[in-house]
Amino acid sequence: MRERNKARVATVWLDGCSGCHMSIFDMDDRLLELKDRIELVYSPLVDAKDYPKDVDVALVEGCIGNEEQRKFAHTMRASTKTFVSLGDCAVTSNIVAYRNPFKMHDVIHRAFIENSEGEIVLPQEDVPPLLPFAVPIHEIIDVDVYIPGCPPSADLIHYTLVELLEGRHPDIKNRFG
Amino acid sequence: MRREPRVKTLRIDDCDCAGREDQTVLDVARENNIRIPTLCQINGLTNVGSCRMCLVEVKGVPKLLTACTTMVWEGMKVVTNSERLHEYRKMILELFFAERNHICAICVANRSCELQALALELGVDHIRYPYLYQALEIDSTHDKFVLDHNRCILCTRCIRACSEIEGANTLGMMRRGVNDKVITDLNQPWGESRTCTSCGKCVNVCPVGAIYEKGLSRTESRREHTFLPYLTIMRGER
Repeated sequence: MRERNKARVATVWLDGCSGCHMSIFDMDDRLLELKDRIELVYSPLVDAKDYPKDVDVALVEGCIGNEEQRKFAHTMRASTKTFVSLGDCAVTSNIVAYRNPFKMHDVIHRAFIENSEGEIVLPQEDVPPLLPFAVPIHEIIDVDVYIPGCPPSADLIHYTLVELLEGRHPDIKNRFG
Repeated sequence: MRREPRVKTLRIDDCDCAGREDQTVLDVARENNIRIPTLCQINGLTNVGSCRMCLVEVKGVPKLLTACTTMVWEGMKVVTNSERLHEYRKMILELFFAERNHICAICVANRSCELQALALELGVDHIRYPYLYQALEIDSTHDKFVLDHNRCILCTRCIRACSEIEGANTLGMMRRGVNDKVITDLNQPWGESRTCTSCGKCVNVCPVGAIYEKGLSRTESRREHTFLPYLTIMRGER
C-alpha cells in the first residue's frame, strides 16, 4: 500500500560495515521530521524481504563483492528512481577492496582453511559466490548521486535526502575518507 | 658582463601580468593570485611537470603546456581554467586513484593529503575508470620510515628532495609507465641502504601517505594496557 504524499525510501547494506547506517541514525531528531515525508519501504531496519517496486530514493551503503549483490544491484536499479551511493565503500569499494590485489582462491583459502578450527568446510551452497573483485556500485549499474566519506556525516545525508525530496539534485562536496 | 633578466608582459586569464623571463607561468600566476592546481611541484625543488595537473592553454600553441615548466614569453596569452582543462584535471586525478590502492579511510595521510584535497577541490566524487588493484608491496625495513607503494602517485618529490637537497641519491625510479616504482639504491630493501642518511626529507615532501614515519599508522598506535586490571577498582566494586 502506497502512503500518500510520502516518498518511498530504501536503505540498503551491501559490502560495508554499517557505519553509514549509523550515520543515518545520527540524524537524531531530524529522523522524526523526516518520518512525515518518507515511507521506509526497505532497509536492514524494517521487515521487508524483497526489494519493492517504485522506490523513489535508495541510499545504498557498501560495495559489490559477491554474485548475489551483483544481481541485487540490477534489481534495485530497475525499481529505483534515484540511486544514491552512500559512503566510500559504495563509491570507491574502500577497505573491502583490500582483498582485491589477492587472488580469489587465496582469499577463500585464508578465510575458510587457514583461519578455521576443527572441521574444514568450504562453502558450497547458501553462501553466494565471491566476485573476483569487490567493486564500486557504479561499475555494475548507473548511479545518480555519490556521497563520499567514511562515513558521510549525518548532516550531509540529511542535506542530500531533503534536496532529493524537494526534487533538486544535491551539490555534494565531501572528501574521500 | 651579467645580463639582467628581462621583463615580459603577458595575459593570464583576465589578468595583465608581468614576469621576469626566467619565471614560469606558474610563478607569475601565483604572484597574481591565480590558482593553478599542482601536485608534483613543491617550492625549492626542480619542476619536472610530471603530474600534469598544472596543464594550461596557451594561445597559438596546439598542445597543452605544464605551467610549472613553461617560461613566460612576451605577449603570451594563457588560459588556466577552461571546461576542457577542468575535465582533463579531473581525469588525471581519477587515474591516480585508479592506478594504485588508495584507501583514504585507513591512510596515515587522511585529511592532510594533497591528492584527497585536490579531489575535493575539483569535485571528484567518484572514479569513472576501473581500478587496477595492483598487488604492490610495502617496504618497512627501514628503522624510522615506511614506503607504501600502494599510495604512491610517482610525483618524484621524494627522489628530488633526496638528490637535490640531501645529496644522498638513495631514492630513484625503476621501470616505465604503469610499472613505475620508487626504489631505494638498486632496488634493495630500504633498511639495507648504505646511502640513506635517515634525514626524513622524503617523508616531509610526500604529498600523500606513501612515505611516512613509523608509529603513525592506526594499527601501530600504542595503547597503555598496564592500568586495565584496575578498571574494576576505578569504578568501585559492586
